Amino acid sequence: MTRIMTDVLVIGAGLAGERVAIEAAAHGYQVIVLSLVPPRRSHSTAAQGGMQAALGNMAMSQGDSADVHFEDTVKGADWGCDQDVARLFVNLAPIAVRQMAYWGVPWNRVVAGPRQLPDGQMVEESLEKEGLIAARNFGGTKKWRACFCSDGTGHSLVYTMDNVALQLGVHVHDRAEALALIHDGQRCYGAIVRDLRSGELRTYVARATVIATGGHGRIYGHSTNAVINEGTGMAVALDTGVVPLGNMEAVQFHPTGVVPGDILVTEGCRGDGGYLLDKDEHRFMPDYEPEKKELASRDVVSRRMVYHMRQGYGVESPYGPHLWLDIRHLGREHIEKNLRDVAEICRDFLGIDPLHQLIPVRPTQHYSMGGVRTDIDGAGYGLAGLYAAGEAACWDLHGFNRLGGNSLAETIVMGMVVGRTIARDIASSEFALSEGVIRSATMQVEERLRGLASYGLEYVYDLRQRMSDILMEKVGVFRNGRQLTEAVEELLELDERAKHLGLLSSGRGPNPEVSAALRLPGMIRLAITIAYGALQRTESRGSHYREDYPARDDANWLKRTLATWPPDADLPHLSYESVRITELPPGERGYGEAVAVAGKEGARV
Amino acid sequence: MSRRTLTFSIFRYNPYDPEFEPRMQEYVLEETPRMTLFTALTDIREKLDPSLQFDFVCRSAVCGSCALLVNGRPRLACRTRTDEIPRRITLHPLPFFRLIGDLSVDTGSWFAQMAGRVQSWVHTTRPFDPASEEGRMSNEQALAIYELDRCIECGCCLAACATAHMRDDFLGAAGLLRIARFLIDPRDQRTDGDFFEVVGTDEGVFGCVGLLACHDYCPKNLPLMTQLAYLRRKLALASLRPPLRWILRQIARRVA
Repeated sequence: MTRIMTDVLVIGAGLAGERVAIEAAAHGYQVIVLSLVPPRRSHSTAAQGGMQAALGNMAMSQGDSADVHFEDTVKGADWGCDQDVARLFVNLAPIAVRQMAYWGVPWNRVVAGPRQLPDGQMVEESLEKEGLIAARNFGGTKKWRACFCSDGTGHSLVYTMDNVALQLGVHVHDRAEALALIHDGQRCYGAIVRDLRSGELRTYVARATVIATGGHGRIYGHSTNAVINEGTGMAVALDTGVVPLGNMEAVQFHPTGVVPGDILVTEGCRGDGGYLLDKDEHRFMPDYEPEKKELASRDVVSRRMVYHMRQGYGVESPYGPHLWLDIRHLGREHIEKNLRDVAEICRDFLGIDPLHQLIPVRPTQHYSMGGVRTDIDGAGYGLAGLYAAGEAACWDLHGFNRLGGNSLAETIVMGMVVGRTIARDIASSEFALSEGVIRSATMQVEERLRGLASYGLEYVYDLRQRMSDILMEKVGVFRNGRQLTEAVEELLELDERAKHLGLLSSGRGPNPEVSAALRLPGMIRLAITIAYGALQRTESRGSHYREDYPARDDANWLKRTLATWPPDADLPHLSYESVRITELPPGERGYGEAVAVAGKEGARV
Repeated sequence: MSRRTLTFSIFRYNPYDPEFEPRMQEYVLEETPRMTLFTALTDIREKLDPSLQFDFVCRSAVCGSCALLVNGRPRLACRTRTDEIPRRITLHPLPFFRLIGDLSVDTGSWFAQMAGRVQSWVHTTRPFDPASEEGRMSNEQALAIYELDRCIECGCCLAACATAHMRDDFLGAAGLLRIARFLIDPRDQRTDGDFFEVVGTDEGVFGCVGLLACHDYCPKNLPLMTQLAYLRRKLALASLRPPLRWILRQIARRVA
């Protein structure tokens, strides 16, 4: 088997992975980045909204500071995050934005003069700030803080980042998938990797290995995530038996993914006055939330939508039930000017004219707050020489709910931090590799491949469908003890069946059925970890909503779930660690949801 | 909408399977409302043939992974609705790029080497100072750079390009657009002469024969025609400048 040696191996070439690579390369280390796809096709590209950093250049961001950003982040997280991490993050975010500008990102800039906001309010942008980086509004923030590039912020960041990686001589090996980490229970030595061009296996030996593979959205039946976001990096970490995943039960949903395709349409639709309608074209949100109506928080709207569909008011379709988003009354001028992206998505992907027709939507998995647990420097728990960054990591900046625009910012800020940590660690650590460790990792992967080729009657896409249905139905926006127990049992059954996966096709070369079959067992284990963590957490916090425990419970649950999966165990092993609270004691989020939700749904249960 | 039965005729080849001859293979699928080639191909793979290779990532026309030939024309599969096209659908991989298998081609390697050839990064001697405010830029200028930064590297322009089919070292509209993007960026200190060194050849801007299929097939509607003309003019001038400067110097000497 081909063996490749490097100082640093980064698994995943989205913004987080490439930012780590750049930092390590700038410190003089040789870096190889593995990626399922060419780096510029990474899911980071799809982040259109913005990158939060308190620059305070706009009229609507006057008075903004790292402190205000900190407060927004901690409240958003429902106090589930580590505050020392949040503090480090908000302090570094402005530097990260400016460095991206230095590297070439064409951030939109401040234009001096008066202008009218969508709600009619007039503001004056100052001449003194003209030409500095502009920002726009995002949900859950006190100030305008989301730096952006027109409608393609993620795209411009990814392209610029990849340019710099190229300039610094970072080697990208695309169409390559890490199947197992090489480790001895103490230290990580790299990964066993499958070449997705040829189907061959390769060994990568590295002094530092970084997991930056993004989220796991695709284990859910409906996700706004790219189709490559299957949690592969989290799964290989869990598979070590010693590396814990943090807060896997913290999963964010977005109220308006379109049907079919699950492409996200912006919250701006509701912000600007769009309605949600049911199968009778009845506007149902005022029935549940008389005051905030469609403008209640993301989580609340998602829950109301799912509840309403469960009452039989969903619109039936070959893709399952959905509801309607109605923006017709906003008028041509407003839609073409302020909701252009939405209009394009409707026309291009759905063949719908939103000026005259309703848009099919439903709540859709959006973001994973959980991931490979790291310390504040980005070093993974459990194995020396292992690190994680971005959505794949649980740093833990987001707690139980991520603030819009903090994900892009986290990828870059954390990438920078992790890169520095690696440079520090490599310089000071010993590295002695034993051949036995490589052999055992290789044998484990070869065994799985042989298993697929030789026996097994289970078909990967049947099991996969079942897994994603269970998650959507029982581990989604509503959770309760009964359904979570069922979910864990049913997923464990799938875990067992996945041991008997076989192939319908030849399996030769870069065969996609083999890729899917190699990934599925890890995905099922992530699903179990999510469901089991959610079952144990008998409270509601941020995006984790328990119908049977509708209130936040700081006395018992102001702590982080850590899940490992010891070899031969039937279930993940859960332990808990306290959340670091350094500045802001737990309080009300001020989203106006907790009381209303507890009042209404507590009664129903 | 009346339901149709769709017949897909799809190019198949697995170079790693010795028993696999290149061929066209047919699949029949019931059309569902709002079906795209993303939903259709995913259905075919999961229900009819798990070995079928194709590439989707974002499935929302921002990542550029899924370009292929739909009834002979390059386009993004994810953004192609089946109700826009006849019920018989022929799919081929993009030409010009190395075939990986079936509908999957290696656009990634091509674009990576292109980025290396045009040195696709901001060239500057100014260091980054984390303590200072960002350099100012007019919003107009930022938007102009963004407009040229919007390429998603899908490869449709190269698949449609006559020059690219004749010479495989051609940078294509995508490569030339990349040059234009840095040429107008005030942060990049390269001179017109530096850019001329890179693209003032037949592999670069003078290889274009002006058929402009790139412009017609760009799924992002990038201003390729304008940019190609701009680059030609700009770099033709840059190539003239040293002799012009020499002539002017001679005249000045005589006058003196």
